[in-house]
Amino acid sequence: MSEGIGARVLRKEDKRFITGKGRYTDDIVEANQAYAAFVRSPHAHARIIAIDTSAAMAIEGVETVLMGPELVADGIGNIICGWGVTSKDGSAMNMGAWSALATDKVRYVGDAVAIVVADSKSIAKLAAEAVVVTYEELPVVVGSVQALAKGAPQLHDNAPGNLIFDWEIGDLAPTDAALATAAHVTEMDITNNRLAPNPMEPRSAIATFNEAEDHYTLYTTSQNPHVARLVLSAFYNVAPEHKLRVIAPDVGGGFGSKIYIYPEEIACLWAAMKSGRSIKWTSDRTEAFLTDAHGRDHVTTAKIGFDKDGMIVGLKVDTKANLGAYMSLFSSAVPTYLYATLLSGQYNIANIYCNVQAVYTNTVPVDAYRGAGRPEACYVIERLMETAARQMGVDPSELRAKNFVTSFPHQTPVIMAYDSGDFAANQKQAQDAADVAGFAARKAEAASRGKLRGLGYSNYIEACGIAPSAAVGSLGAGVGLWESAEVRVNPVGTIEILTGSHSHGQGHETTFAQIVAERFGLPTENIQIVHGDTDKVQFGMGTYGSRSGAVGMSAIVKAMDKVEAKVKKIAAHVLEAGEDDIVIEGGAVKVAGTDKQMLWHEVGLAAYTAHNIPAGMEPGLKESAFYDPTNFTFPAGCYICEVEVDPDTGVTEVVQFVASDDFGTIINPMIVEGQVHGGIAQGIGQAMLENVVYDEAGQQLSASYMDYTMPRADDLPNYSVDHASTTCPGNPLGMKGCGEAGAIGSPPAVINAITDAIGNNNLSMPATPAAVWTALQDVRSKLAAE
Amino acid sequence: MKIAMIVNGKSVFREVSDNTLLVEYIRDHLRLTGTHVGCDTSQCGACVVHVDGQAIKSCTMLAASAEGAAVTTVEGLAKSKDDLHPMQVAFKENHGLQCGFCTPGMIMTATDMVARYQAQGKEITEDAIRHELEGNICRCTGYHNIVKSIADGASKMTTV
Repeated sequence: MSEGIGARVLRKEDKRFITGKGRYTDDIVEANQAYAAFVRSPHAHARIIAIDTSAAMAIEGVETVLMGPELVADGIGNIICGWGVTSKDGSAMNMGAWSALATDKVRYVGDAVAIVVADSKSIAKLAAEAVVVTYEELPVVVGSVQALAKGAPQLHDNAPGNLIFDWEIGDLAPTDAALATAAHVTEMDITNNRLAPNPMEPRSAIATFNEAEDHYTLYTTSQNPHVARLVLSAFYNVAPEHKLRVIAPDVGGGFGSKIYIYPEEIACLWAAMKSGRSIKWTSDRTEAFLTDAHGRDHVTTAKIGFDKDGMIVGLKVDTKANLGAYMSLFSSAVPTYLYATLLSGQYNIANIYCNVQAVYTNTVPVDAYRGAGRPEACYVIERLMETAARQMGVDPSELRAKNFVTSFPHQTPVIMAYDSGDFAANQKQAQDAADVAGFAARKAEAASRGKLRGLGYSNYIEACGIAPSAAVGSLGAGVGLWESAEVRVNPVGTIEILTGSHSHGQGHETTFAQIVAERFGLPTENIQIVHGDTDKVQFGMGTYGSRSGAVGMSAIVKAMDKVEAKVKKIAAHVLEAGEDDIVIEGGAVKVAGTDKQMLWHEVGLAAYTAHNIPAGMEPGLKESAFYDPTNFTFPAGCYICEVEVDPDTGVTEVVQFVASDDFGTIINPMIVEGQVHGGIAQGIGQAMLENVVYDEAGQQLSASYMDYTMPRADDLPNYSVDHASTTCPGNPLGMKGCGEAGAIGSPPAVINAITDAIGNNNLSMPATPAAVWTALQDVRSKLAAE
Repeated sequence: MKIAMIVNGKSVFREVSDNTLLVEYIRDHLRLTGTHVGCDTSQCGACVVHVDGQAIKSCTMLAASAEGAAVTTVEGLAKSKDDLHPMQVAFKENHGLQCGFCTPGMIMTATDMVARYQAQGKEITEDAIRHELEGNICRCTGYHNIVKSIADGASKMTTV
């Protein structure tokens, strides 16, 4: 069976996971290892008056308790946001100071105040509780709208009114004019609920300092170990890059939350140097709710206008984005360049304007979570389209179809230039798979059982394969977003691929091997993927934004091009043929049209013995490449959700979920389907179950699995997943990316289905039974009143 | 206190503090790190092992309570490195895992549920599998392929 591109190759990494031989950070034990626990603020907003560590230090087994002022005095820098967003008046964003350990104030429940180092985890936790911190409580604000109100409590002195930036995109006057003359306008208040990413492996770190070498090692649960090293070195002054090795071994899921460099890793590295002990810290689940960056949390009003023929004439969006107490690493980009640039959806819209105000509140910092800005954009445009169709009395799929972008490239008014797609093909495929034609009969049958059945669409488009370095640089990014790869052919012909991408569930050890197998005709078992260690891989920007295929694999392809060229030169030399006549097929390097050939490993050996290679050629067979994409990629698709609502209880069941995606070239359909399944599950979770809830005092009421509703097996349906793909013209393999689509496309499909079932467009996520029942009562009381 | 038990067929004993949880005994003292901890409230199921043939959450049991018991962890499921348990094979063949963190708990829960149903002569339907997975959380797969894996593994367990 072929193991190349398009084959459903079973995963190479699975055996260690199914036999318990995975190696996650918390599984590792270093010599002389101590354990850290953090003293965290129980208040959402308070001034630190005094810290008394004497009782904690008196506990047997406590090594040290370290605090913020000492960290600052040692020159450890503040945590920064790496993407500068400029307000519409030209001013820079107002980034408040964020020290890894608080110095004077705490700004959310969970804010780290001190690190306790002890001989065991339980002693460390006990001692952390024995640290007595005297606080002066300050007024608290948790919602973005409230934080912008006059007289709201102020979080950071340099951000008056808690405003981080007031940003805009598009043209206001033409958009207002278009909406003013529109034949129909749909206006909605749309909230995108705050979520906790919840990878199943909690964050963990082990920091070691070698005094003799002045060298640090950090094991960490990271999606991008090189970025972690860069930031820890260049901004946090922990150690220069050549004196810091960062290893991200097996990582148990990320979903965005493991992109960032958090206070804990900084504090552990610093405390390792101060104490001379290796220090392990592993988050509890509640600690994860209190400290892992959250996602979403937008409050939006949006208006879309149509002419008399149902063609969109304008879209105007106003969004307040809650960024929490501090600006996390990419927090500013999420509600701006990853959000408003996708508001055009799959549609031709001549006039778009969006204003985004980013706001500080006394909550956990908010940053990218699976989809990052694009789910919020998709939710706005797809709720608007469905609702507008219902208000105008037209078929929601037809309203969408007549507004589809059909010629490419297509320049939207909000930066993005879509390169390819066939939105009608995805819609048709999804409609056929969902048997939309049979829906009326199913609805009637459900009614006979006393159930309300509804159907909802979501036609999503997103931008991933993040991203062209110069383009993101011009938009404020502090880093380039290329990827690097190295292809090492060993003397025996086996291959190691070193990649800057990081796999934490995506199956890179399999799919990356497949593209090498395809190119050189080798079995995947001869190919090893190496990633996640800054000492092994030269550099990498990591895995997020569905970039490992479109960007990471493209770097491998570039490096393979170089390997292939050298292989052909060696073979041509040995076989006394012209380079152009050499072909690589089925593990052999042949002179086309003859029986002359070298086996693949013979070329490898020839390169390393260097007894008979072309004059002047360097020995060895190892090439590296950096690939910088030329554009974003634009996965798109059509999702159709069908639900049944029990009108007596509001309990809603997703009875069918159909996806048709355009991901460009697919390397391994099995893995791609798995990515879509997981994304849809997170989207259904957002739409129906999940919600981070704060009370007015800033206490997170949903900070455990007893309180935050994680989707479970019996909450979810089977998914019908298929593909209608167009090739991406922007990268050598024609790939678009599949990691986030499910989470981006699914929430509006679910809510559109439920609102269809209950006959009330006014329903917010999560559509819990109580929320659905209440929305149904509203319809009933309206009907009763009429 | 000294606690002895049989883990994966081998007699073990360790001197541990009274409040040591079974999962700590397994992970920290025996260094069998296939059993994971994903929450603090006995919800996620990453820590499921078998104690005297029954699936239990090892984060919710004191090691002392397992004194003398026969414990099987995910490391003890396969007969040998190349002779995996049919449920392990089924998870691989049906792409029932992604990041792998919940997987050991899923597999230990799955083998227990299938064995229980088969002992009672009951068919294990998709609905039953989804219901039985109430105590195991996966964030990666959306459960679709886990349910498929367990159904497949169940059919192979009958032929063992």
